[in-house]
Amino acid sequence: MSSENEHTGDTGHGDNHHPAHLAHHFETPEQQFESGKLGMWVFLATEILMFGGLFCAYAIYRGNHQDVFLYGYGALDKMWGATNTVVLLASSLTMAWGVRAAQKGQQKLLLTMLLLTFMGGVGFMCIKGVEYKAKWDHHLFPGTMNAFYYEGGQPKYPEKLEHAIAYIDGRNLGGEAHGGGGHAPAGHEAGDEAAPQEDSHAVEHDGSQVGDEDARHLGSVSPVIIPAVFGAPADVSTIKPPASPADMGVNDAVIDQAGAVSMPSAQHTQVLWNDLSGAEQKKVHLFFGIYFMMTGLHGLHVLIGMVLIAWLFFKARAGAFSKDYFAPVDIGGLYWHLVDLIWIFLFPLLYLIH
Amino acid sequence: MSVIQDQVKSGGYGGQHGPGETNYINHSKGVLSWLLTLDHKRIGLMYMVAVITAFLGGGLCAIALRTMLYLRAAPDVAPITAGTQDLYNQLFTLHGAILVFMFIIPAVPAILGNMILPLMLGAKDVAFPRLNLLSWYCYMAGATLFLYVLLSGGLDTGWTFYTPYSTSTTTSVAAATMGAFVLGFSSILTGLNFIATIHMLRPAGMGWFKMPLFLWALYATSIIQVLATPVLAITLLLLCAETVLHIGIFDPALGGDPVLFQHFFWFYSHPAVYIMILPGMGIISELMATFCRRQVFGYSFIAFSSIAIALLGFLVWGHHMFTSGQSAMANAVFSLITFSVAIPSAIKIFNWLATMYKGSISLATPMLYALAFIWLFTIGGLTGVFLGALSLDIMAHDTYFVVAHFHYVMVGSMLTSFIGGMYYWWPKMFGKMYNETVAKIAWGLIFVGFNLTFFIQFIAGSQGMPRRYADYLPEFAFYHKFSTVGSYVLAIGLFVVLFNWIHSLIYGRKAPQNPWGGNTLEWHTSSPPPHENFHEDPLVTEPYEMRAWDYDESIDGYVFDKDKAIELDQQSHH
Repeated sequence: MSSENEHTGDTGHGDNHHPAHLAHHFETPEQQFESGKLGMWVFLATEILMFGGLFCAYAIYRGNHQDVFLYGYGALDKMWGATNTVVLLASSLTMAWGVRAAQKGQQKLLLTMLLLTFMGGVGFMCIKGVEYKAKWDHHLFPGTMNAFYYEGGQPKYPEKLEHAIAYIDGRNLGGEAHGGGGHAPAGHEAGDEAAPQEDSHAVEHDGSQVGDEDARHLGSVSPVIIPAVFGAPADVSTIKPPASPADMGVNDAVIDQAGAVSMPSAQHTQVLWNDLSGAEQKKVHLFFGIYFMMTGLHGLHVLIGMVLIAWLFFKARAGAFSKDYFAPVDIGGLYWHLVDLIWIFLFPLLYLIH
Repeated sequence: MSVIQDQVKSGGYGGQHGPGETNYINHSKGVLSWLLTLDHKRIGLMYMVAVITAFLGGGLCAIALRTMLYLRAAPDVAPITAGTQDLYNQLFTLHGAILVFMFIIPAVPAILGNMILPLMLGAKDVAFPRLNLLSWYCYMAGATLFLYVLLSGGLDTGWTFYTPYSTSTTTSVAAATMGAFVLGFSSILTGLNFIATIHMLRPAGMGWFKMPLFLWALYATSIIQVLATPVLAITLLLLCAETVLHIGIFDPALGGDPVLFQHFFWFYSHPAVYIMILPGMGIISELMATFCRRQVFGYSFIAFSSIAIALLGFLVWGHHMFTSGQSAMANAVFSLITFSVAIPSAIKIFNWLATMYKGSISLATPMLYALAFIWLFTIGGLTGVFLGALSLDIMAHDTYFVVAHFHYVMVGSMLTSFIGGMYYWWPKMFGKMYNETVAKIAWGLIFVGFNLTFFIQFIAGSQGMPRRYADYLPEFAFYHKFSTVGSYVLAIGLFVVLFNWIHSLIYGRKAPQNPWGGNTLEWHTSSPPPHENFHEDPLVTEPYEMRAWDYDESIDGYVFDKDKAIELDQQSHH
């Protein structure tokens, strides 16, 4: 940051020739470089503390409402998340490469690397946009816009809620098999089927309802299966333990019959809407509040980073940097790596932990 | 050593700059030369105007609410209605929010820190002058948002914005939180700048333990500003999202946790208390040394106690929440750590007292404020220990006892150190002396008025008078009337200070380079300093070695004897 302070005053303090990029209040370029770097590191500390608050909120809500998170997480798309992780990591690589190019005075390489890094940012934001679009389509935006929003104990948008439940339940049951592309056709199908017959949130603690749900979302299931599900525990207020053998048996049967869906692996517990207690069903929208606050604030930082890199690119193209003066590239790189690092934590916390 | 040797040949540098020379104030002209300035001194002055204006606003709110409480003693004169209650709620909220976010937090670092820190380092500027200017604009943007709050329905949540009330009231919570958010950036940028400046721009010969103690205090303050303020930023962002979008995170009706807000809020706002008081303590260290004409006693203890307060300050936020349903274990731990903050605070007090012992004390106005500080901070600090005790806090929570306690620290201590520092550096900042007699009268009014206002609130609080109430039982009428009268005396004293300063700007006698005989580097340049701070590099020696400054009656100031300084410095190395 400091490094942009070229000349602050016209008063010549006419001692020997300062290099053009050396601000008047520094003695040597090294001092200026180290000051800028220190300033950026301190700034990064503030960023970490700022995101720290969000991570803390995440940890508290995840600890207190595990099922809500296990359920809501179904709406997120691992494939896109992983792709974005790769994109950001690659852009960090090109950024680091760019810094090296700047240090060695390789002008062309520097420009290429800055451009690639910028494109990494563009790619990340586009993919994020695709993901947000999917949330929008299924009414999963934060706050009062969320399909899971309850007002006075009643869902604010019963119809959207139906749709969203069907979407997430569908993904939680079979999403991995279908949903890789992010458009989750399985969810749509399930949702379309579910809509006409359903009244699930009205009857919450009924074991048969669980069966109904399973059956519905898996399509053409023989009714014979359903009585077998009646016995399944409808323990709803705590996190579901690893599926009991009885449960597993039922699921096996279901899937065998249905024949279409791949088996959810034994160590995963799929939390469905009716596994949530009435109180927790009303908290699902909180998951999306936290998801959007975390990824939104991170996205904003990516955008700021992109502006910074674009600025560096134009400065570099104008020939501002050389072997002797590359501080802004170095310092901008630090910022970009931090943005990357925060995503490295966001991705597993939001998309992977199960 | 070599630095000193180099400078021997140039001789002393006192008083060789004639009248008509340019200084930072008349260096360039026009509004833009101020609004776009990167000079830390001009930015400090712009902060001064803005912050003192905010102080006036917040202070007038205080006078208004005290007057309402006074009138309430005669119910037939001032019947309590929903309207007056709303007005009262708005007044105490704006009083708190404006004075905390726009006065106490920025006052010393942004005005005196900006002005003096680079001078004390013998530097030309802070490390990042543009960020410094940006921080002033952040302050102005935040202030504008608060102005908008004033004009758009006000704010009645209390300065703490506690949920769930703050997410359900119809007043301008979103604008106020964004205002505090932007003000937070101003604070972060100042802190960041100071950390980098102190690390990178110390002159050759000034190791960490040759820094003036004011710089240690500013450094400790900056650590808090940088590490705590971002947590406030995210808290306010979440609160804003809560208010506008209803994401539910703090709203129990939506499944959120309002106590989480309190944790987040106090994780910033308790350390922020030390943002307020630490730089003031730094000023007191300077005043004690200069006006006792002594090396500060226990220099390294005072330096490290600043850092200790900064670090411990991060671990005590839970003591604001003893009654919020924390576990008994958490309460006990927070209580214990709260007590431990008393240790570094007491270290400072005792070291200052030891500095005064056998010092040759001059009771100039800044020193009077330093003495007031010691009295008021001791009372404020010790009642803080009372409140840190769980059993007493359960009783005193949200009573006037708490109000009195934190006003003794925030007003009694912080404000007196700020005014003391302003008087101390006033000649340096403006090149003008002030009227000493008027200044002393103002000091007396402030000291008496302050104690009249707030001491009795300890008693009212211990009798059970709750804070933030527009109304009270008849038995509290005496306390309230007494306190209100005291607040008028305090206000008159403050206006006399303002008058004294303005009078000095217009009619003040020209100040010498060094009116007090201090040896920190800001006294090694002319008053006011030139645009780039020093005509020649100052001689760096022990900050509190004042024996090389000789009093010269003809200028009523001190003149530097460079040869003597070098001799003293060499002696101290043997």
